[in-house]
Amino acid sequence: MNLTAGDSLEPRSYPVRRSDLIRYAGASGDFNPIHWSDRVATSVQLPGVIAHGMYTLALVARAVTDWADGDVAAVESFGARFTRPVVVPDDDEGALVEVAGTVKSVDDGRATIEVTVTSGGQKVLGQCRAVVRC
Amino acid sequence: MPLDPGLAGRTFAPTPPYTVSREKIAEFNTATGAEPIGDGSTAPLTFPIVVAFGAMTQLMTDPEVGVELHNIVHGDQRFEQKRPIRAGDELVGSITIDTLRNAAGMDMIGTRTEISTVAGEHVATAYATLVHRGGPA
Repeated sequence: MNLTAGDSLEPRSYPVRRSDLIRYAGASGDFNPIHWSDRVATSVQLPGVIAHGMYTLALVARAVTDWADGDVAAVESFGARFTRPVVVPDDDEGALVEVAGTVKSVDDGRATIEVTVTSGGQKVLGQCRAVVRC
Repeated sequence: MPLDPGLAGRTFAPTPPYTVSREKIAEFNTATGAEPIGDGSTAPLTFPIVVAFGAMTQLMTDPEVGVELHNIVHGDQRFEQKRPIRAGDELVGSITIDTLRNAAGMDMIGTRTEISTVAGEHVATAYATLVHRGGPA
């Protein structure tokens, strides 16, 4: 793939619905009830059911995989801090997660991509970066 | 109560071998809305969490660690990948508490899970900070 410092990568947006979180609980093994029960979520002072941080990071992974032309083997590392929960309402639209990336540097055949992840106009991940061989 | 600082440096027993199937990869892709990679036998980038989460659960439920599950929040997560996980891999995860510090009533548990095949091939490392709200002392 051709990644050059300063490139803005094509932004992606992904809907997250309650049904996705239920599927993800099964797929990942993380059945923490704050990801499917409003009763439990509000009992720990959350506004309602929130997406798994790892669900949001899986959406980042989709974007990074696309930016790497589908070559997952080229991705050496990636990650983020979970700084703000993505609240997923109990309706058909759910929440929208938007993922944008900029190539910060290319060094020794490795591109460092800085990723900005927002929902409802607010950043939900901090220090989100990926290193991709290019 | 804050956690025992002596837990830093502790490595837990490896998780039981986990055999990756095409079906599980497909289930994970469907859950996250992802297209299959290649012929569908290559796992997506966050798939190592399936093994890492098992290792984290082992840590969180160990009575000697003494955390309360509902007081745990996932603070951050990072993966270093040696190669993609593929259907047929038999994986084990070994978790270590790298760092442990207490600040403002919170325990910040810095963990590292080494994910390898049962034959000993290192596949990925998952780093996670688990934030534990210690509650009243």
